[in-house]
Amino acid sequence: MSFVEYSDFIQDGDVAIIYLSHNNVMPVKVEQGAQTQTRYGVIRHSTDLIGQRYGSKVTCSKGWFHVLHPTPELWTVALPHRTQILYTTDIAFITMMLELKPGSIVCESGTGSGSLSHAILRTIAPTGHLHTVEFHQQRAEKVAEEFKEHRVDHLVTVRNQDVCKDGFGVTGVADAVFLDIPSPWDAVGHAKVAMKKHGGRLCSFSPCIEQVQKTCEALQDRGFEDISTTEVLLREYDVRTVSLPLPDFGPDPETTEEATPAAPPNHASISLKTTTLPREMPGHTGYLTFATKPRT
Amino acid sequence: MSFVMADNGDDDNQYRIKEGDYVVLKRGEIFKAVQIQPRKKVIFEKQWIFLDNAVGQLYSTTFEILSGGNLKPHELKDTASPLDAVEAGTDNRNIVDDGKSQKLTRDDIEALKEKGLKGQDIIKKLVDNHATFGDKTEYSQVKYIKKKKKKYENTVMILKPSCRILAMMYHGREPGKICHLRYDTLAQMLTLANIHAGSKVLVFETCAGLVLGSIMERMGGYGSVIQMYPGGGPVRAGVENFGFPAHFHDTLHEFPICHVNALLAGTLDTSAKDPTAENTHEKQLNLAAEKKQNQPEAEEQGTPEEESMVTNTGDDAGQDVEKTEKDKLKEAKAQVKKLRLEEKQRKLAATAALLKGRNADGLVIASRFHPCPVLLGLLKFLSPSRPFVVYSQYIEPLIECFKKLKECGGTVNLRLTDTWLRHYQVLPDRTHPLLLMSGGGGYLLSGTTVATDHSKPAGSKQAEEPAPKRQKLEDTEG
Repeated sequence: MSFVEYSDFIQDGDVAIIYLSHNNVMPVKVEQGAQTQTRYGVIRHSTDLIGQRYGSKVTCSKGWFHVLHPTPELWTVALPHRTQILYTTDIAFITMMLELKPGSIVCESGTGSGSLSHAILRTIAPTGHLHTVEFHQQRAEKVAEEFKEHRVDHLVTVRNQDVCKDGFGVTGVADAVFLDIPSPWDAVGHAKVAMKKHGGRLCSFSPCIEQVQKTCEALQDRGFEDISTTEVLLREYDVRTVSLPLPDFGPDPETTEEATPAAPPNHASISLKTTTLPREMPGHTGYLTFATKPRT
Repeated sequence: MSFVMADNGDDDNQYRIKEGDYVVLKRGEIFKAVQIQPRKKVIFEKQWIFLDNAVGQLYSTTFEILSGGNLKPHELKDTASPLDAVEAGTDNRNIVDDGKSQKLTRDDIEALKEKGLKGQDIIKKLVDNHATFGDKTEYSQVKYIKKKKKKYENTVMILKPSCRILAMMYHGREPGKICHLRYDTLAQMLTLANIHAGSKVLVFETCAGLVLGSIMERMGGYGSVIQMYPGGGPVRAGVENFGFPAHFHDTLHEFPICHVNALLAGTLDTSAKDPTAENTHEKQLNLAAEKKQNQPEAEEQGTPEEESMVTNTGDDAGQDVEKTEKDKLKEAKAQVKKLRLEEKQRKLAATAALLKGRNADGLVIASRFHPCPVLLGLLKFLSPSRPFVVYSQYIEPLIECFKKLKECGGTVNLRLTDTWLRHYQVLPDRTHPLLLMSGGGGYLLSGTTVATDHSKPAGSKQAEEPAPKRQKLEDTEG
């Protein structure tokens, strides 16, 4: 198991994802002899997990669930939050717009809880590298630990410093830079330094429009091109079958036949497969500002 | 286009445009994918261009289009902006739109264009000849210049292709070719399907190869991509536009879906003597052509299978008294055909072997076909705990898929979604949303496979479980 490579069977030391239900997903550090409590009962790692196939059903005293191979997408919904995180919808858009692919060198700040980081690592493996900067010491340590547990530490360097003051710690190597910090305009200069001479892509994520304005201005001043700001929103449909009753207008006077094969609808109804939407659409996560660094 | 290693000395080399490269032309928000070919006329935005002068230049260079169609790298002169030393008004209360503000006529402007005047200069002339330009507010003046720039600047930028650029291009230019798949939806697909280097991905698409190419880009030449295709052959013209290095194509396989059932049942014969349908047809055409050319040989040709033995028969039977040039040529052609057929058979067998294990890591479907049967048919090839994503321009087919999957079991985390994209104009004191792209981007159904439940009698897939990979599930349950 690793977050960048599939395997078939659960092994001691793996991080597996317990899928209990649609919005109930939790990570489990698989350990010989260990046990994990769930609302369905106890999971005994040695018998229920180790040696089982990923995707297997595990039955506990009060119910059952499936064990899944970790992916960055599952990790995003399962991970313990230390900060507000980026969700898959934004992550997917960022990945494409930054043109990330195997071999890409990426700089990121702030690392936060590592949600985006894991997705980046999955995309740039096996030949790329992620330089991620986090100014909070404990968070930096925790995320570095997780990278190791998830067997992706060879692809990433975590630096505990302030990107606005000290930059990313590398020069002229990045194909892409991602900023998710309170004052991204202060890091634009450092981003430019970290990026390849030939150019690259940049993305800044900010919840507030004022931040976006300041960042766009800074990008303009530093010679970035193709500056554009977008937001992407996800809408999830709830699939269900509904039953619509049919009205009874009384016996049809035009009908001359006796017993019609289709009995006149009395309390009949039509069954439909349809979708409904949640009352409120998850609104705003943040604005995504993209730009291209030209050749310098 | 070759990917030169960094230790090649000339670091710039990989960033330079070469003959034969697949590139993307860009002006504003308009993109067009073309191949750099010598002395080839390319049409872009109602202009004929020759790309010869681009060879040797760096990617992302902006070129001026000279009269005659040749390119010249655009120099960004620090010319005075047309707005320097122009006064501005405070509001538009006195500005009357009578259509008479601009003194230059269309003919005047055409004449200027023909004289070879650069875009920047034409705009300056337009500003100079605008009666009420000085009354406009500053913001209005900037907006006016921007609009004219878009219209009169005669430049084009040459970009290296990428999924992002091509997806935007197809969506803007030919959405019908890609089932109206919007680029943000494509972005979701690639991530939800966990496309990454080293995996084995199945793809069924009728999006001109855009989806296939995007997947290949995200796999970086590692792992394998198997394109399941309907009909005679895989359509993947769009893949060329990505300009992948040759070795990427080694990871791309194809398999005709008309053989899926046979493969699943274990009855697919991939030996050389069993040609696929289209080859039989090809052979019959060949037979007919040869019959016309040479009467005596026609008697030897019976069933299509024997055609591959034409050359042998020719040698063995003592009938070839004198081998004419024509005969030799025909033999050579038949030999080439035979080799090609064998190669095709070999590839088919190799792809079948990749599929037989039913251990693919991901499935992506994006086509004009009804997704339900495609999904149900191809899901069987996935290992448990692997993602799948289905795109559809319409929501109803996905509702059906959702329901079917719930009935059959074997999947979790099913989600039916779409994404909205909203663009913003960000300018000091002028920030506001622009477009909202909501409908029209298509819908996605995503989920993860799980081991099928043996204890459940209904929807049990026991019959389809591959024998050597019997689940340990049976031991843990009960």
